[in-house]
Amino acid sequence: MGAQRESFKRYVEVGRVVLLNAGPSEGKLAVIVEIVDHNRAIIDGPSTGVERQVYSYKNLTLTPHTIKGLPRAAGTPAVKKAFEKSDVAEKWAQSAWAKKREALKTRRAASDFERFNIMLLKKQRRRVVGAALKKVSA
Amino acid sequence: MARNSQVSPYVGRLGRSALFAKKGGYKKTDRKPTAAKEESAPAFKEVEVKGAKNGGKRAVPTAKASRFYPAEDVAKPKASRKVQRPTALRSSITPGTVLILLAGRFRGKRVVFLKQLESGLLLVTGPFKVNGVPVRRVNQAYVIATSTKIDLEGVQVDAKFDDAYFKREKAAKTKQEASFFADPANKASHPESKVADQKALDKAIIAAVKKAGPTMAKYLAATFSLSKGDKPHALRF
Repeated sequence: MGAQRESFKRYVEVGRVVLLNAGPSEGKLAVIVEIVDHNRAIIDGPSTGVERQVYSYKNLTLTPHTIKGLPRAAGTPAVKKAFEKSDVAEKWAQSAWAKKREALKTRRAASDFERFNIMLLKKQRRRVVGAALKKVSA
Repeated sequence: MARNSQVSPYVGRLGRSALFAKKGGYKKTDRKPTAAKEESAPAFKEVEVKGAKNGGKRAVPTAKASRFYPAEDVAKPKASRKVQRPTALRSSITPGTVLILLAGRFRGKRVVFLKQLESGLLLVTGPFKVNGVPVRRVNQAYVIATSTKIDLEGVQVDAKFDDAYFKREKAAKTKQEASFFADPANKASHPESKVADQKALDKAIIAAVKKAGPTMAKYLAATFSLSKGDKPHALRF
């Protein structure tokens, strides 16, 4: 069992920070506070604007972050305190994952004119990079 | 919604008043009371009658009644209460909005909206020098309104650009055979005055486009098309 355990890095556990993928709080972070069963857990995210609720594992993704030492079934104020004490929000904002999500969001919200400008800039970049590549590989 | 199923072609199951009740026509409150009738000439006039036993006076109709009346009722056609209202301009379209044309020979072109004409059609221009689209009328149904706007503050669109301006001139009737063999090179050229109108109009608009940024003219010159993976319902314009 030891080898198998090592291959997993993220567990469903109390204090695990999760990303919500469905519902009105889609895209927000929350913390697992209590495990209901093999399908659902109670989550809470007072500092990210997520109400305490039961959430299905199907609709959330585990992040590599945890809040160490969060007691089982901690109340909302305790979760808020623990979350703000940890630097999870900062770490999350700096992760490539969060940045990519943010980039996707801006790209989707771009207007026709903005898409055109992006196309021009990409063209410019291609020209520079291509020329440099040609120089190196020649 | 059809409430009146048909007994046989063109014959409804319900009569006029039954249908009226079913449709709830009585709920409509926008009806106005009928205007008071104007006083017309009196229907009768008094005439003195001689003879002691005749009462002295008698009312005689001013207009003699017809000796005949039609034996059959003639159905009066119901007056239509429909009113033709001016076409509502889509709220996303304001003067200076960049539009993407979807139909016609200029489909895919990005153009500048100037104003709505009386007929409800939109007056647009390329500008002609930028992308080859002349001052034109288009139906707003065949247009995507983008969120990009060019500031047309202070730009005066000449009042002569109305629906009559775009009316086609009637060609002199020629025999079909003659027109078939006509030399296409002999076609009447675009009138000089319209060329001048276009230039005068575009001058101010090209200046506004320049003011909108260095890439705006390029943007207007480029045509719109969907590429791989583009979902038009998910795109924002």
